[in-house]
Amino acid sequence: MMVQNKIIGLLVVLLILAAMSVFTVSETQKAIKFRLGEIVETNYLPGLYFKIPLINNVKKFDSRILTLESKAERFLTSEKKNVMVDWFAKWRIKDVAKYYTTVAGDIVQANVRLDQIVKDAMRGEFSKRTIRELVSSERGQIHDILIKAANPAADELGIDIVDIRVMRVDLPSEVSSSVYRRMEAERARVARDFRSRGAEMAERIRADADRQREVILGDAYRDAELKRGEGDATASEIYAQAYGKNKDFFAFYRSLTAYRQAFKNEGDTIVLEPNSEFFQYFNKSR
Amino acid sequence: MSWNEPGGNKKDPWSGRERQDTPPDLEAVMRSLQEKIGNLFRGGSGGRSGGGNPMRMMGLLVAIALAIWALTGIYIVDEGNRGVVTRFGRYSETTLPGPHWRLPAPIESVTIVNVEQQRFIEVGYRSGGRQQAMGSVPREALMLTQDENIVDIRLAVQYQIKDAKNYLFNVLDPDVTLKQVTESAERGIIGKSSMDFVLTEGRSGIADEIKAEVQQILDQYHTGIRVITVNFVDAQPPEEVQNAFEDAIKAREDEQRLKNEAEAYANEVVPKARGAAARLTEESEAYKLKLIAKAQGEAGRFKQLLTEYEKAPEVTRERLYLDTMESVLEKTNTLMLDVKGGNNMIYLPIDKLQRQAVSPEAVKEAETLQAPQDVLDNAVKNSRATTRGREGRGQ
Repeated sequence: MMVQNKIIGLLVVLLILAAMSVFTVSETQKAIKFRLGEIVETNYLPGLYFKIPLINNVKKFDSRILTLESKAERFLTSEKKNVMVDWFAKWRIKDVAKYYTTVAGDIVQANVRLDQIVKDAMRGEFSKRTIRELVSSERGQIHDILIKAANPAADELGIDIVDIRVMRVDLPSEVSSSVYRRMEAERARVARDFRSRGAEMAERIRADADRQREVILGDAYRDAELKRGEGDATASEIYAQAYGKNKDFFAFYRSLTAYRQAFKNEGDTIVLEPNSEFFQYFNKSR
Repeated sequence: MSWNEPGGNKKDPWSGRERQDTPPDLEAVMRSLQEKIGNLFRGGSGGRSGGGNPMRMMGLLVAIALAIWALTGIYIVDEGNRGVVTRFGRYSETTLPGPHWRLPAPIESVTIVNVEQQRFIEVGYRSGGRQQAMGSVPREALMLTQDENIVDIRLAVQYQIKDAKNYLFNVLDPDVTLKQVTESAERGIIGKSSMDFVLTEGRSGIADEIKAEVQQILDQYHTGIRVITVNFVDAQPPEEVQNAFEDAIKAREDEQRLKNEAEAYANEVVPKARGAAARLTEESEAYKLKLIAKAQGEAGRFKQLLTEYEKAPEVTRERLYLDTMESVLEKTNTLMLDVKGGNNMIYLPIDKLQRQAVSPEAVKEAETLQAPQDVLDNAVKNSRATTRGREGRGQ
């Protein structure tokens, strides 16, 4: 049994030694191998590697794309307006040795340095542009310029900036409220415009209808008068033709008709002198 | 992977497993196994097997340990998932759904990623689980448009993992990255559009643009994420100015309403005018025809009378005159005045005379008023007046 224990003990020691003399680098890591504090190897692809226990020392860093997300901060635009801007940068470790020596391999520290670098570049770019350009037309362009401007400085930290993107470009809250007032005024203008247009259209339609009415009535009146005239003319012609046969008798006949008509109502009073023709026999028999 | 870090040796899972698990458990298992094996080989060396050769025992022990260790390499990938296998940290393969075996623990490891699950992020609001009320997040929702207005936009982004390997290895926090990228792209595109466009017809187009840009940026980072849809959950003016916007919408309705009202008016007035015009036309036609008919009648009557008159002018004339005067004087109050004396001052109580006459006549009038004959008479009188006027003018 002693032999067995010894063998087990030996195996355990061997295993521990074996474990101490290998290390793995995963897909998401970069590694530095030190020999008593001195960097000897940095160029590791993912996989299994050997080291000498106690003499070699290995540090590992994240090789993925990391994020620096800024806080919202005031920037001045070319028209001297304040805007609140926040942004994020995507970066990854390019030169792990530099990265280790300059920022001690600390992500927080690296982010602080990067933040300064990007912000400097940003101030320069923003002060050349108006809000409108920042918000709309030149976003993509700014991203490219910022990446180019920040990369040399980032390079010294052993960092490669993959992307810098502006997220928010907002107006400070005190300006926002005046924007709201302006938007309200704008809407009020639009509303009034709609209503006046409606009134205009309505008036046009009404006026047109009125015009049509007048024209229709006018035309109808004209036609009616013409027709009446026709009737009058025809009637006159008929009368003239008939009455023209004996003018004298017509005058007599027509007068009699007129008398009859004029004194049609009972109760009309006529005052007569006795020397009228009607009374020619009134005072004498012959 | 802390197992091989300096100083962590005592927790080394390799040796740890050997050290701790072996003595109690495996010894018991080994003994029972040994007996069974002994039984199997009873014919030959079985007689001595009970003795326990230490080296042989050790060999068996190691073999069994290896077998169990190897079994821990079995894993199952569920439907819709992918297994990403790494050997000593280095990517080796991506496995499809089904049972698989990998080299056990310290050598290979597997991470299972669901590539079919549709995940989603909310930008500008939080739906807050089951509650329907959406909490707005103004910081994310409010943004500037090209015309320097502020709009309130809420987006929902649906996505899934299209490449498990990239998803795991390339970017720290790919889901957070997706959100950052979405916000940036969203603001970039909204910033290029006018407010009216964003709030009305531009919605779907803008959502597609955002989707395309987000996807392009994510591909640039090799995040392994595929954006399925970008939806506008809501796009509206900010709360502060909503009343003004609603009023503007109402104004649009008002415009339509005013127009409709005017059209209703027109639809009423014009046909009515056409009706009135038709009446005028018909009336004039009626007038004309009536007048002609009347003229023909009267002319005919005259002609007939004239024929008789010409046969005996004197007598007829006298008779006509007297007939007429008779009928006229019969109806009227007649006063004959012999004023030869030249006295012009005669008092005639005309009002009294008339009143006497009216009272019996008023009754009669009331009776005859209803008769249609009366109406016709009036009409004849009117038209005759016109005719007379015309004739007068003609002369």
